[in-house]
Amino acid sequence: MVQYSTARLDASFAALSDATRRGVLEQLGRSEASITELADKFHMTLTGMKKHVGVLEQAGLVTTEKVGRVRTCRLGRFGLEDEAAWIEGRRRIWTARFEALDEVVEALKRKEEDDGRSRG
Amino acid sequence: MGDRVGDGRTAVERRSERQLVVTRIFDAPVRLVFDAWSQAELFKLWWAPKSNPVPLLSCEMDVRTGGGYRLAFGHDAASAMAFFGSYLEVTPPSRLVWTNDESQDAAVTTVTFEEADGGTRLVLRELYPSKAALDEAFEGMEDAMPEQFEQLDELLIGLGAGV
Repeated sequence: MVQYSTARLDASFAALSDATRRGVLEQLGRSEASITELADKFHMTLTGMKKHVGVLEQAGLVTTEKVGRVRTCRLGRFGLEDEAAWIEGRRRIWTARFEALDEVVEALKRKEEDDGRSRG
Repeated sequence: MGDRVGDGRTAVERRSERQLVVTRIFDAPVRLVFDAWSQAELFKLWWAPKSNPVPLLSCEMDVRTGGGYRLAFGHDAASAMAFFGSYLEVTPPSRLVWTNDESQDAAVTTVTFEEADGGTRLVLRELYPSKAALDEAFEGMEDAMPEQFEQLDELLIGLGAGV
């Protein structure tokens, strides 16, 4: 398994705990945008949006670049990969368990059917 | 978004900083799926799948509200690792809630079973006392993750004698 940095994951989850920030990521997934455009889109002040973008940037989920007076935001290159892999690890455990559980309930079902037939 | 993954059957989602939710549909009536979670002799057949590097040594479950459980993993009793806690709620065949007391920061687990098109929709929620606790739980798990989990196709539990 890939090793994940806990600090990095902490920052990612803190960043993702907020609905506005998740919205910003979705928006940036469609296209890059300036802070002003994001503030308009989410009906926020520039200062408020700058704070949100700052949190996303610290988590590595977003990168920004200032050209002239405009700060453009884009999705970070590696942002969500760690987190997706982290959840994927959990899913594997449950998938393995549940495939085994499928076998158990399937056997229970067959047993009931057999019992039903032998009684009938 | 990257915080939800599924193979079409088992979906795992981090709903919040403290909560992890696992969802799965089973092709069996609710009462049978519930039995497999509430009867020790059935539970031990699937909780530690074959790919798990450490076998389940023992499994004691007193499945009633206020009852306790204890699972031991290991190759022998001396090196066994115990997982234990108590059932906060047992409502057959629809709901199980238990504590995980082996660590201070462990989650409370709630499993619900509902009928869905003749099968069973199972939803498992782990609510951790803090965000840090959830993160740490995962960290430990990643370290323990065996490569064998890659080989899910080989996962079949020998049922014959058990059921």
